[in-house]
Amino acid sequence: MSTTMNGTMEIVYEKPKTLTDNPTHYCPGCGHGVIHRVLMEVINEMGIAEQTVGVAPVGCSVFAYNYMNIDMQEAAHGRASAVATGVRRVLPDKFVFSYQGDGDLAAIGTGETIHTINRGENILMVFVNNGIYGMTGGQMAPTSLCGMITSTTPYGRDEHFIGHPLKITEMIAQLPGAYYVARHSVHTPAAVRKLKKAFKASFESQKEKKGTCFIEVVSNCPSGWKMNPLEANEWMEKNMFPYFPPGDIKLPATMK
Amino acid sequence: MSTIIQHDENPKLMKGNEALAEASFRAGLKAYFGYPITPQSEILEYLTEQAPNHKDVIVLQAESEVASINMVYGAAGAGVRTMTTSSSPGISLMQEGISYIAAAELPCLIVNVQRGGPGLGTIQPSQGDYFQATKGGGHGDYHLIVLAPSSVQEMADFVFDGFRLAEEYRMPAMILSDGALGQMMEKVYLPKSGSLPKQEVEWATTGKPASRERNYITSLHMDPEKMELVNLHLQDKYRKLKQEVRCELINTNDADIILVAFGLTARICNKAMEAARAKGINVGVIRPITLYPFPYEIIASFADPMRMFLTVEMNAGQMVEDVRLAVNGKSSVYFKGRMGGMIPTPEEILLEIEALTEKQRTMSQSAGYL
Repeated sequence: MSTTMNGTMEIVYEKPKTLTDNPTHYCPGCGHGVIHRVLMEVINEMGIAEQTVGVAPVGCSVFAYNYMNIDMQEAAHGRASAVATGVRRVLPDKFVFSYQGDGDLAAIGTGETIHTINRGENILMVFVNNGIYGMTGGQMAPTSLCGMITSTTPYGRDEHFIGHPLKITEMIAQLPGAYYVARHSVHTPAAVRKLKKAFKASFESQKEKKGTCFIEVVSNCPSGWKMNPLEANEWMEKNMFPYFPPGDIKLPATMK
Repeated sequence: MSTIIQHDENPKLMKGNEALAEASFRAGLKAYFGYPITPQSEILEYLTEQAPNHKDVIVLQAESEVASINMVYGAAGAGVRTMTTSSSPGISLMQEGISYIAAAELPCLIVNVQRGGPGLGTIQPSQGDYFQATKGGGHGDYHLIVLAPSSVQEMADFVFDGFRLAEEYRMPAMILSDGALGQMMEKVYLPKSGSLPKQEVEWATTGKPASRERNYITSLHMDPEKMELVNLHLQDKYRKLKQEVRCELINTNDADIILVAFGLTARICNKAMEAARAKGINVGVIRPITLYPFPYEIIASFADPMRMFLTVEMNAGQMVEDVRLAVNGKSSVYFKGRMGGMIPTPEEILLEIEALTEKQRTMSQSAGYL
């Protein structure tokens, strides 16, 4: 760390003012804290905090509004994109995002997810996929991998009995209303930088009312997966990425 | 307190659903979200047809009633005047969202053009959703403001009352109508535009300026002590709401038998009352207009051992429980109901009245009053 002429420390990195001082309730190693930070950094750096309204889900990120220092609404389970639709339609010149987990977005809220994107709502949908219901204690999620052991698939997910993990991101990319669809992660600094770029591009396109931007973040759940954070990230790379490969899924011509 | 409404000088002949839809534009509606269901689809149809004349109003057909009510949550949280409409099965689907809206203290208007149930039921009119509307409907301890129109005129006017009350008390209001009121055509003097002032919405989520703390809309309070305080606050609000009780009294002062009915049934009771009076039976009608807050005190003021109450409803007996609570044993309370989309006739109510008159006569004789 460098020291300036008058002896005070130079600030090279700090918490964006779009994050509150509240300590998060997230488990050690959980991706949510990083994803919150990246999202809030982008909003801060773009100078759009005063024009942004976020919608939190039910799930581990149910308390997102405690950490994001912007106007927020907390939606019912699965309904964040419907709530965000209501917000965006009456505030057509503001920036709106929803933030949901896999159970919220791809199980109970599948209908809202598809129809919000099909209408091309000018919002950013952040989809955090860690293949498990973290908040309720590690039950099977729509994106739990085949064979994955959870508290409700104690013998492993049997796809013949309960179906395959749902690739909802690939599904919704087919909809004309989806403008920009990508999958990222936050387990390395390089991945964080890519996600940041994706969030920024999404908010930029919101200004032009191009349609829905949908960013999946493949993340971990050390507590639910019963691993330490390092093991969890390794397991994620080895097992989640082959089924949910990071990268752009639908890239508008202007972003190519 | 009442809503100040100015009306057009000339009447129109309109369906109840259409009058309500037009009135909502005139009341300053800014966002409507709804889903088709009989017998209320004319509301969504009218609003979408007229939307080009109201460029500042969002009219959006949602993919479900579940989505509709959550869009209402979002729009209400952003501080605008918002509404959804449906009929009984659709209103059942909305109950989770309504509970969240009540808990998050968001103002909005919900219209239930009731049809016969349970289940998919029938598209004919019913009052089977009284319990659902007045006792909460979804999970948790909450209430809606519930207004019961009995004419096309009131279908229009109560949009203004509904929005005013919802915004003053920061809670959802419901117009509890039925398929007959929605579908029938009647003369209506439409309310004039621009007479309904908007409350300040300093709590709304519209983007946080540097000058204030962030606003957030939530119904989550993990600390049970905080959760109880939130509940106490809601209950306090419901107590204050009692000052908004509205009730229509017709010929009640000399009545030996008082009919208690709301909405469409009250109109039929008026006919039965006229027929009874023509036969020399002193009958009156109490028509609760606000079903929540319920006019317990007003009904109680007529309770007397010599007087009988006959509650008439298009259900198996729901409001009658509130009438019994109101009179608290001081009067006998009887019930006449038709269910599943059947509408009682004035004649069958008159038969009940005559049977009660006979009962009253025998009771008086045995008690030695005559």
